[in-house]
Amino acid sequence: MEMAACRGVWVFAEQTHRKLMSVSIEMLGCGRKIADKLNTDLTALLLGHNVRDLADQLVAHGADNVYLAESELLTFYHSEAYATIIGELAKKHRPEVFLLGSTSTGRDLAPRVAAKLCTGLTADCVSLDVDERGQLLQVVPAFGGNVMATVLCPRHRPQMATVRPGVMKTPTIVEGRHGEVVEIPVDLKQEDFNIKILDVVTEEPRAAPIDTAGVVVAGGWGVGNIDDWRLIEELARSMGAAVGATRPAVDEKWASEDQLIGQSGKTVRPRLYVGVAISGAMQHLVGVQDSKVIVAINKDPNAPIFKAADFGIVADFRDVVAALADEVRKLK
Amino acid sequence: MDKHALEEALRIKERFGGIVTAISMAPLTATDSLREAIAIGADDAVLLSDRSFVGADTLATSYVLAAAIKKLGKFDLIFCGNQSLDSGTGQVVPEIAEFLGVPHVTYARKIALLDGGIARVERALEHGYMLIEARMPLVLSVVKEINVPRHVSLMRISGAMQAEVRVWTSGDLDVDGGRIGLLGSPTQVADLFLPAIKRRGEMLSGAPDRVSKLLLQRLRELAVI
Repeated sequence: MEMAACRGVWVFAEQTHRKLMSVSIEMLGCGRKIADKLNTDLTALLLGHNVRDLADQLVAHGADNVYLAESELLTFYHSEAYATIIGELAKKHRPEVFLLGSTSTGRDLAPRVAAKLCTGLTADCVSLDVDERGQLLQVVPAFGGNVMATVLCPRHRPQMATVRPGVMKTPTIVEGRHGEVVEIPVDLKQEDFNIKILDVVTEEPRAAPIDTAGVVVAGGWGVGNIDDWRLIEELARSMGAAVGATRPAVDEKWASEDQLIGQSGKTVRPRLYVGVAISGAMQHLVGVQDSKVIVAINKDPNAPIFKAADFGIVADFRDVVAALADEVRKLK
Repeated sequence: MDKHALEEALRIKERFGGIVTAISMAPLTATDSLREAIAIGADDAVLLSDRSFVGADTLATSYVLAAAIKKLGKFDLIFCGNQSLDSGTGQVVPEIAEFLGVPHVTYARKIALLDGGIARVERALEHGYMLIEARMPLVLSVVKEINVPRHVSLMRISGAMQAEVRVWTSGDLDVDGGRIGLLGSPTQVADLFLPAIKRRGEMLSGAPDRVSKLLLQRLRELAVI
């Protein structure tokens, strides 16, 4: 797209079962700041069926405009229909920035739209800002996780980025804010597409939620096997904590995807985080850095996590974790 | 090489017939991992390797992969792992599908083929799943829960180490030189930095029970336990 002609910040307002996802509200807060710095409008894209009443919430949380596309076809996320509508809107209105929550929907939709527009997309950003030239600064962990990278999209528009839920703060509601709702006519039919959504089924999560827990005990690759993973769960139980995990621990199936902490998982902000047998790759640390107190237990004295911890214990966790659980129980 | 993606392709081949081709865009050192794919059961393997591909972001990578798939000809299903190993961004499936002009489904956890060239797919969501019917040709990414990859003996793998892997460079593909590699990538790394971390950094030591007591004392002083 011709760069100079591109103006405006867009946020995809994801809804499911006619409820807005919390990450979409978080993206509005982030998008509002970026739009103000660029001295431009913030537009929310709302697609669904009978979702008009959600537009007020989008305006109250910072949107200047809401593009509202309603059709029965859009009741649930339909990759072809959503990408077609958003791609055409973007070609017509030419936004300079387009932000989406990195949910199962956002991760599926954003690349399809980016390819339609032949533009760049940075996934799972941990911070977003604007430089003095008005370029979007997209920060992600890089190269195995020891450093952070600032990514730019210098010659293509829109600059697209996704952010995981919980990374950005929820903006406060401004009562009495005014915004314009623009209805986007939808003349697409199911017959136009190659995929069809038959049903959406909800299943209960397996583990205690880590993103709302006051105390989180997390384990990493160094735990070594599923039997020793029980020690992590035992320590968590003694502390009334939720159990978190790094990507390698989830890949080993010691823990579920729900328990993943970090860039591509959840961001946690407990009062106490205990990282056990975790070396401390940046991809994990970005998800725990807002914890009030960080404790690290690792047998390698040079593990990077010790530099990010308030208290460190250099030991084989198998020696310490049971003793620690015993001492915690004595406190009660 | 995503073993779950390959396994799913092999299971469909064993049931319905067809040819499984393994494709990867990587340095020449990845030849052995494609030979391993042949040992596991792939009929054919293509490695996309060229200095001009180096530094590609996901859009430029997807563009080259789509060009290679076009050159291979007609296909029914393309399986990818859920995340690429080096970047973990999971963007290539929707991007390849868009470049090929076919539908895509990400996070597939169950796939059944119906009559009339339709695939019925359970797509994993945060808490549950979406049931989708998609017309083939179709590009899919699979989650690891979809199957347990077969075990292949070391002997069979070493036996395949002479297997032929076709290597295609940019000259073999119908690609625009301005859309590949670092220069063809919309996203660019502008800066690398170490984040500032301000923490107490107090190391505690002693026997397990002693160090545990010491830690809990500190945590109580800070009123976090």
